[in-house]
Amino acid sequence: MKYFLKKTAGLLATLLAVSFLVFAAFAVIPGDPATAMLGTEATPARVEALREELGLNAPLLVRYLRWIGDFLRGDFGNSYRYNMSVMSMIGDKLPVTLTLTAISFVLIVVISIPLGVACARYAGGMLDHAIVVANQIIMAVPAFFSGILITLVFGLILHLFVPGGYVSWQQDRLAFLGYMIFPSIAIALPKSAMAVKLLRTSILSEMKLDYVRTAYSRGNGTRAVLYRHVLRNALIPVITFLGMALADMVAGSIIVEQVFNIPGLGRILLTSISNRDYPVVQAIIVCIAFLVIAVNFLVDLLYKAVDPRITLD
Amino acid sequence: MPGFKAGIFMNHKKSKNFTAGAVLTGVMLLFVLAGAVWTPYDPEAMDKTAKLAGVSLSHLMGCDNFGRDIFSRVLKGSGTTLLVAAGTVGIGTVCGIFIGALTGYFGGLVDEVFMRINDVLFAFPSVLLGLVVISLLGSGNFNVVIALGIAFVPSFARIVRGEFIRCKNMDYVRSARLAGAGHLRVMFVHILPNITTVLLSSVMIGFNNAVLAEAGMSYLGIGTQPPHASLGRMLSDAQTYLFSSPGYALFPGLALIWMVLGFSLLAEGLKEN
Repeated sequence: MKYFLKKTAGLLATLLAVSFLVFAAFAVIPGDPATAMLGTEATPARVEALREELGLNAPLLVRYLRWIGDFLRGDFGNSYRYNMSVMSMIGDKLPVTLTLTAISFVLIVVISIPLGVACARYAGGMLDHAIVVANQIIMAVPAFFSGILITLVFGLILHLFVPGGYVSWQQDRLAFLGYMIFPSIAIALPKSAMAVKLLRTSILSEMKLDYVRTAYSRGNGTRAVLYRHVLRNALIPVITFLGMALADMVAGSIIVEQVFNIPGLGRILLTSISNRDYPVVQAIIVCIAFLVIAVNFLVDLLYKAVDPRITLD
Repeated sequence: MPGFKAGIFMNHKKSKNFTAGAVLTGVMLLFVLAGAVWTPYDPEAMDKTAKLAGVSLSHLMGCDNFGRDIFSRVLKGSGTTLLVAAGTVGIGTVCGIFIGALTGYFGGLVDEVFMRINDVLFAFPSVLLGLVVISLLGSGNFNVVIALGIAFVPSFARIVRGEFIRCKNMDYVRSARLAGAGHLRVMFVHILPNITTVLLSSVMIGFNNAVLAEAGMSYLGIGTQPPHASLGRMLSDAQTYLFSSPGYALFPGLALIWMVLGFSLLAEGLKEN
């Protein structure tokens, strides 16, 4: 319980620090949003009036507190570029990106754990050699290039899906999932290769430890030792990796969304960056940062579930 | 348990990784250096008669939609990618060594604060961090180097810090201190050379990640601006013509994989030795 409380306090502190850093970074950049909104022809008086209206004249800390207060209540401010709230701009895009990430994550777990175990179990054999070599190559293929290859093979040659023919969840749920599976594979491939490699190494090094010998000496077979004793310990580095990979996958999906023409967070982030529409960029970045931190928090809790010996240093 | 025993006796494979990586990287460097001096065609010269021409003896990888020679563009583009990666890793390593050394060696409150910030930045995907910096600085290759460089500092700092913590109480450090060496001298003359192996392998991993990140950024249209060649940009342009001329996408993609594979094998080999 103390562990949990301490971790939670740390989580809240980090959330505040990160949101402040992002806010401050966007506050110090040159270029005045009021001028940007009104154009260069605006009179100084009008710019000044708008600055006052937007609350830009208050000190940094006051502006931050106002902003974070609104943010926590779900009000992400208004876009500079379009006359609408940031929430309405990203509200329906966020689930698309999250779905993409979630499907990829499930794929990684489903692919990598059995393969990693198989590799370690038959280490040195043909299957292991083949997978190790394949892993090394797959890790070198960037997700967006796998995406292009998948489009070419499964979309254009095999006609399993229509490239660029994204269907939204509201239109047709089955078609939506059927389309999303292909970008998910592209995102999952390199990460799965890394996870397989990590799990293989981790199991092999666990197998050299004393408790394994003890377990064997008590008459357990390889299967029992592997699944009942080793796997639990060997999974810890893999869980760490998967936690970090999740954050990377959100970023990866931003790129892969472009390959498959999916209207998720990626497109809106990119257009907002080129339009210098800071409130939108800021909201997306803080959302993703919160997500990353929350995942790390969950990973820490998961460690404790997998290995009760782990305590807070 | 024959499988597990065999797994332990696989040491002979280690040098293979390094050799393979060195060969791939060496050949790639040769091509890039040659490409910096001479390319078969001007990579930006358009030829209306050769639009989307296929692979032939005169155009080894065919031509793009403007009739530009893809082989020449791959050579030039790889060079750009490599330069950006080198700049990125350079910034990441220098700042990372500095921050990691100070925090690891001295510890205390500064270390605590730095590492808290570092943990968050570390967890944050580097492409995304790069995009934040780009949105603040504006696009262009120079800004991409700075953006990715900043994004790469945390991982280097973390590694260097760990190594400094491991080394700072070792006997050779103590005897150097007793011999009258100052803190800075101990840090950079005594400890730093002792951690080069670890550093070298993380520099290679850094190159691996930087090449991937640069390609991702230029695929998104940030970084190298047209008409200059970059691998990521070529891939994004090639997507429109994917069915009619798949070579336009395949060749730059393969060049990218070649580059990344070389660096990752080198890192692997260095780590194992």
